[in-house]
Amino acid sequence: MIKANHLYKSFEGKPVLQDVSVVFDENKTNLIIGASGSGKTVLLKSLVGLHDVDAGEIWFDDVLYTAQSFEQKKRLRRQIGMLFQGGALFDFATVEENIRFPMDMFTDWSAEEKKERVHFCLQRVQLENVEQLYPAALSGGMQKRVGIARAIALNPRYLFCDEPNSGLDPRTSIVIDKLIHEITHDFKITTIINTHDMNSVMEIGEKVVFIHNGIKHWEGTADEIFHTGNAELDDFVFASKMARELKAEH
Amino acid sequence: MYRIFTLIGQYFLLMNNVFKKPDRSAVFWKQFVQEIEKVGLSSVPIVAIVSVFIGAVITIQASYNISSPLIPKAYVGFMTRETMLLEFSSTMIALVLAGKIGSSIASEIGTMRITEQIDALEIMGVNSANYLILPKITAATIFNPLLMLMSFIIGLVGGWMIALTTDIITPAHYIDGLRMEFKSFYIVYGLIKMAVFNFIITSVSAFYGYNASGGSREVGRSATNGIVSCSLCILIFNLILTHVLL
Repeated sequence: MIKANHLYKSFEGKPVLQDVSVVFDENKTNLIIGASGSGKTVLLKSLVGLHDVDAGEIWFDDVLYTAQSFEQKKRLRRQIGMLFQGGALFDFATVEENIRFPMDMFTDWSAEEKKERVHFCLQRVQLENVEQLYPAALSGGMQKRVGIARAIALNPRYLFCDEPNSGLDPRTSIVIDKLIHEITHDFKITTIINTHDMNSVMEIGEKVVFIHNGIKHWEGTADEIFHTGNAELDDFVFASKMARELKAEH
Repeated sequence: MYRIFTLIGQYFLLMNNVFKKPDRSAVFWKQFVQEIEKVGLSSVPIVAIVSVFIGAVITIQASYNISSPLIPKAYVGFMTRETMLLEFSSTMIALVLAGKIGSSIASEIGTMRITEQIDALEIMGVNSANYLILPKITAATIFNPLLMLMSFIIGLVGGWMIALTTDIITPAHYIDGLRMEFKSFYIVYGLIKMAVFNFIITSVSAFYGYNASGGSREVGRSATNGIVSCSLCILIFNLILTHVLL
């Protein structure tokens, strides 16, 4: 379980998060949705500690993350996997070296054990024969999959994904969504995904949190999203003609 | 003025993170060796080319400026040696390296910053400043003083080639000048300067790259700012070190 209590964050005096309190369920796919500029990426990066919050508490199970020292945070982060919007693969390293990187840094595994783990992670994200390729030689979807493989290399307890579908075609987006969802349940991970893709909400959203102008406006399940009565959420969810028709059917 | 003090404060905060025990010694030493190739060995050709030409030019200029028959011709070799040793092989070569490796470091780390690769390191629990910057600083500070020695020797060879191929000065006079009143401390002085300058080049350019934000334009700007700041720091520390050591 990951819990945020009364989070505040501003940049150069401009408030970006205002009194955000939310609980992300354990071993579930939690989604943060909201329009571009709503503050969802800042919330995600604040949760993992890439941004220091101005006020508020962040809990990882029974650990108060915001009160930890630099070294304590470093230790906790070894239980966190993160998939970045652009993949954030190390461009100086091959796919194999990228996935092996956390193992090289934090384990005493033998070369054979590391190789086996790399192979397992790549198999899990349905990639083969790409070990020796550099990130520049991969498509956007493949880069995301390698990013997931790297994120799960050390069996994390928490997985964060920042807009995993950005720049992908609808079909590949669904493949990536399902992959993250399966991994969440197979490895019993608490996953938080940042997205503005309503397909993701409907496909894999077990808990959905809606952020608007830095304020949490709503939280609930994907099924409940059609009947919230929240004007800002309706405005976001039913922005397209297809979504409005879907709502009419409901 | 406030901005300068803020930058200096941020620089020392970054250095505080850089100079920590590496997470994995084996990984650090592997990177250290790779960085010797990137920041040191790859600079050998440019240092050699610049040094041989400058050594030759100093010899010609010294010869034309010593027109008095009362001054022995051997002083041409002496002047070439002293100029190369005291100033050119350390300060001028450091300015050349600031352009070459400084821009490379700032743009490499800056690109890693804007493509979230540094964030990825942080999320894994890696001290990104230590992992990325410490091997570069140590490799340049330890290895690159050898480039100063190399530049010095090649510069003298450049002057000797002028003596050999022209009638400006005889090779015998030139060699006599090279041997004249040699102070071995000048070698130590040059090595110390080169070590300090290389620390400045790698740490300052890494600082600008590490704090890059935005897009490719900002990475270019951070590389430019890095080179300008390195060059200024080199000139200031050249003055301070010369005053203190000589």
